[in-house]
Amino acid sequence: MNQAIRHAWVAAVAMFALLFGAISFVQVVGADDLKTNPLNQRAILQNYCNDRGAIIVGGTPVAESVQTGSETCTFQRTYPQPELYAGLTGYFSKNYGATGLEQSMAAELAGNSDQLFLDRVGQLFLGNQPKGASVELTIDPQIQQLAYNLIPDGQRGSIVVTNPKTGAILAMASKPSYNPNLVATQDAAAERANINELVKVPGINLNQNVSGPTGELLAPGSVFKLVDTAAALASGKYNKDSVLPNPAEMSFDGIQYKLPNYAGGNCYTRDTATFAFALQQSCNTPFASIALDLGRNAIADQARKFGFGEDVGDQLKLGHALGNGFPDNLDAPGLAQSAIGQKDVRATPLQINMMTSAIANGGKQMQPNLIKTLRSPDLRVIDEPQPQQLRTSTTPQIAGQITEWMASAVSEGIAKGAAVPGIQVAGKTGTAELGNGTNNSWFTGFAPANNPQVSVTIVMEGVNITTGAQLTSPNAKKIFEAVLNK
Amino acid sequence: MSQVSTTPKPRRNVELALLLLALAVGIGANMMVGVDQEKAFDSDFWFQSSLLAAAALVFHGVLRFRAKYADPVILPIVVALNGLGLAMIHRLDAPGGDTGNNQLRWTLIAMAVAIAVVFFLKDHRILRRFTFISLAASALLLILPLVPGISAGEVLGARVWIRFGSMTFQPGEVAKITLAIFFAGYLSSNRDLILLAGRKIGPMQFPRFKDMGPMITAWLVSIGVLVFQRDLGSSLLFFGLFIVMIYVATSRISWVVIGLALIIGGGFVAAQVFAHVQQRVYGWLNAFSPDVYENGSRQVIEGLFGMANGGLVGTGLGQGRPDLVPFANSDMIIASLGEELGLIGLFAVVLLYLLFFTRGFRASLGTRDAFGKLLACGLSFAVVLQCFVVIGGVTRLIPLTGLTTPFLAAGGSSLLANWIIVGLLLMISHAARGPVDTTPLPPAEAAAAPGIDTPTEAVKQS
Repeated sequence: MNQAIRHAWVAAVAMFALLFGAISFVQVVGADDLKTNPLNQRAILQNYCNDRGAIIVGGTPVAESVQTGSETCTFQRTYPQPELYAGLTGYFSKNYGATGLEQSMAAELAGNSDQLFLDRVGQLFLGNQPKGASVELTIDPQIQQLAYNLIPDGQRGSIVVTNPKTGAILAMASKPSYNPNLVATQDAAAERANINELVKVPGINLNQNVSGPTGELLAPGSVFKLVDTAAALASGKYNKDSVLPNPAEMSFDGIQYKLPNYAGGNCYTRDTATFAFALQQSCNTPFASIALDLGRNAIADQARKFGFGEDVGDQLKLGHALGNGFPDNLDAPGLAQSAIGQKDVRATPLQINMMTSAIANGGKQMQPNLIKTLRSPDLRVIDEPQPQQLRTSTTPQIAGQITEWMASAVSEGIAKGAAVPGIQVAGKTGTAELGNGTNNSWFTGFAPANNPQVSVTIVMEGVNITTGAQLTSPNAKKIFEAVLNK
Repeated sequence: MSQVSTTPKPRRNVELALLLLALAVGIGANMMVGVDQEKAFDSDFWFQSSLLAAAALVFHGVLRFRAKYADPVILPIVVALNGLGLAMIHRLDAPGGDTGNNQLRWTLIAMAVAIAVVFFLKDHRILRRFTFISLAASALLLILPLVPGISAGEVLGARVWIRFGSMTFQPGEVAKITLAIFFAGYLSSNRDLILLAGRKIGPMQFPRFKDMGPMITAWLVSIGVLVFQRDLGSSLLFFGLFIVMIYVATSRISWVVIGLALIIGGGFVAAQVFAHVQQRVYGWLNAFSPDVYENGSRQVIEGLFGMANGGLVGTGLGQGRPDLVPFANSDMIIASLGEELGLIGLFAVVLLYLLFFTRGFRASLGTRDAFGKLLACGLSFAVVLQCFVVIGGVTRLIPLTGLTTPFLAAGGSSLLANWIIVGLLLMISHAARGPVDTTPLPPAEAAAAPGIDTPTEAVKQS
């Protein structure tokens, strides 16, 4: 019996060993993940009144802690240009938690990150007030303002401007936006009332760590044809001189449905098309036939290489919706529709921009990066993220070929509105039908085509064809000019 | 049964020294809470501290007088845990709250009952006479919360409370003691039968079906508790208790295999059939999804956030925000301690439990009668299981179920039951560590089960 008692004791000690392990995991090993969990309000409650680091754009704070003069709560978080940067900064609220960079960079801003360890020791001995690190963004304030203004008030839309060679985000704007100061107020009753008002506005999602450019999954429409093109060239079955079938309508065995060509261009003038013509005029049937020829997996594979449904890397520091990539289980009409970016294909504006930037950067997709430098309270640089390649999307040859065709879409095709005098612009438009008579209107492209410095993606949601055309390519032109003339 | 022999030494002075240390821990913690709330050293503080110290010292005195060979470490450990619990509950009391004082009252009542156990129960073997009375008492205690009139109804999804006037009580806490007494009595009388009769299949010997009776009963009791009281934790506790006791009684691993199979089978069926079990498991696996957080996992997640906030060294007593966690002073008191005392402090607390049950097992090894061995082992393992289910639940090692943390959590029934366990373990350890008691048992016992208490070297197992 004593042997069995000893065994029972060993079992008991083993159970306790598990408990010691679990406690260590919660309190030490996994503690950082728990502290940064969006559901966790403690960090905010504890340092709500501390001097948090600022979020800085072009030398000016867009989120900062200012002295209140009150005894109980010495600092108040404020947002000097609230609507313009709400999608990036998010808010820092006592009762509703934090979102955006306020949440993802919480440890740095509050001064709790490991990189600030020595500063913390210093504060301890010198008795200084705790002060967080400041975060300087890659955003160009003029471009950000321009992009924001180019989206008319009352219009839902997003604009992403990046440097395709580094992945640095120069502007990321969307509407509708909101005023984070309304949510960051210390007056709990006002805060609740403000939140109850804001949640009624369609397109504002206060609970999530994302904004339009990173959070909204939209049908990409014809900009998805760039994926088909890359897949076709990569398959070896097609080359730059291939002649593609271009019927006015594509019919399928046994069903009524017919897939038509885009009515707005000159597709109807030819029964067959080259890639150049099909991309210039954004004809549908040539790309549908490529997809039916190559099969679902070839398109899905290329889409994944461009980042559809895939991770965006950890330099972004903002929440990001990934989507499901290219759909599975497609019948022939479904595959044909998916190949032109309709049906269930979805991507965020940032993903479309990353695809475009990969083409601009010789097939190398960079990690989107929002953080330029991280500075300690004494302005010492403690972190400076370097450009990092995320994945290889395609070969330099294919990227160069697609660039050439995108350039001709701007110089001779339906993306003419984006042309900048004296500079070769590469671009692709897209119009995804929403089924209610309105569309998501897209432009994505980069310039200069031979040495890309800037990549621009614009989407306007729920617009008619004319408005969509006015708000996309011409606006892209303005952004190209603004960036390249700096 | 082989004997673990020690030269009999009372070691009561060691106990006194450790007891003073334990009181210093509990009262010191309470003092720090007072300092933080800027109302230290008022008459309340001194009154409460001296009550706790007096009760502990009276207990010590009674041990000197009645059970001078009792294990000297058990009482100080429990006083330290109880004192820490009091300090934390006091710290969590909202201004004007009375949970701390209530807990102190219950501590004194529970200690008085434990002292009475030590004082009146001269020999733990007497309890063996109450084997079947204990079974009846267990059944009664478990049925009480379902009886209309005294049932306190469904509290937080479980029907485990009864009500007398304004007082509520959880009879299941006491049932674990009566069940342990029953199992110990039944198994010590019938172990030979269970051991020797049976069919061998492969390498394992399986018992006869009729000897499985109590096993099946225990399984039905634990399933019954699960179904009718919706109390997953107690159900696990009772069944685990029985498996360990029957394993210790027979040294047959086959019982553990059968028992685990029944647990897994029962658990699987329960997860299929009962929505609340299903919800528990789903909530455990997906605790961090915002939907689940809003509708159930908030308690455990907030606890985890608190513990993460405490980190290695803790925020310090009174410096954290354990009040953000629901049930911070009862079900989640481990998270509160983890937050304010840190990993180091919580490890110390868990080590105290480890020491406590180790002393219990030591008493079980040392005592000479099968009943005492089984009872000490069973009671110690009940504490182990309870700690495992609670701390494992709070740290999300296993799904959180509603068991109380022994000696720490706010709640009278739990304190009372666990202090009775302390009293029983002290008595068994007194028998284990003392000189061999050659006085025969009263005749009634001898007639009921002839020959059981003679040293049983003859049937020594493994």
